[in-house]
Amino acid sequence: MPKREILDPQGKAVLGALPRLGFFGVTDVRQGKRFELEIEGEPPEEMLEQARRMAETLLSNPVIEDFHVSLVDSVGPVERRPEPVEGTTP
Amino acid sequence: MRVGVVTFPGSLDDVDATRAVRIAGHESVALWHGDHDLRGVDAVILPGGFSYGDYLRCGAISRFAPVMTEVIDAAGRGMPVLGICNGFQILCESHLLPGALIRNDHRRFVCRDQRLRLDNTDTAWTSAYSPGAEITVVLKNGEGSYVADQPTLDRLEGEGRVVARYLDGNPNGSLHDIAGIANDEGNVVGLMPHPEHAVEDLCGPGADGLGFFTSLLESRVGAS
Repeated sequence: MPKREILDPQGKAVLGALPRLGFFGVTDVRQGKRFELEIEGEPPEEMLEQARRMAETLLSNPVIEDFHVSLVDSVGPVERRPEPVEGTTP
Repeated sequence: MRVGVVTFPGSLDDVDATRAVRIAGHESVALWHGDHDLRGVDAVILPGGFSYGDYLRCGAISRFAPVMTEVIDAAGRGMPVLGICNGFQILCESHLLPGALIRNDHRRFVCRDQRLRLDNTDTAWTSAYSPGAEITVVLKNGEGSYVADQPTLDRLEGEGRVVARYLDGNPNGSLHDIAGIANDEGNVVGLMPHPEHAVEDLCGPGADGLGFFTSLLESRVGAS
């Protein structure tokens, strides 16, 4: 995420678009990025540490962005994902 | 001098930078992003463009190109390095220069002739200008807003490392109207506007940009 004190022109653009679409009450929008790194099996602690180093060196620019690394369960290989039911938002 | 111009995938202004180098009386040397080789050059230019499509962040992937290992080493030994536009972004991502460049505050691409004031003419790339000189060169960027935290800005101002400042209004939201900065040795300079597009009277806003390239001749910062 862009740091709080850094202007986020993209977030401002989204903020400006919301009332035009009839969504009111939002006072600020900030736009960031999310990277999903997939690994096989249970990740060892050093893998998480490595992910933090990736975030620090390449995935984010610590001068203007903050990051956090978290572990989530994979939903499995893409081809085994359940099909979204027609008419609903996946 | 032998001046290298690096071509990354997506560089646009390497040819104009090469031309500017030659017009300034230097020998130009084409450098390739994928080579661990500076081919014996005395100075390096990282040109403008959209290296790696600006994916991830502008300059973020180029910073890890093989040639950048050599550029960062050479810069540390005092070799003059000039980053223009995307090159400036690469220098910031490489931590050769402090701060970062983010999207223009007005969110539009800007392309115009831009007046600048040169506030530091002691660098390897600006010594041909007289202090406080006002010049007009091309400015064209989408992510040219210079940002840094307050201690960094204070240090840049206190040490006179703001090389160029925008005149006649701030075109992109850069803090302190900063158009270009130098490292503390003055051999590494990053500049958002494009002096290489202003080296001949025939095209562009004039030849005000040529001084960045002729400065190398009288530079006090020698290449190692």
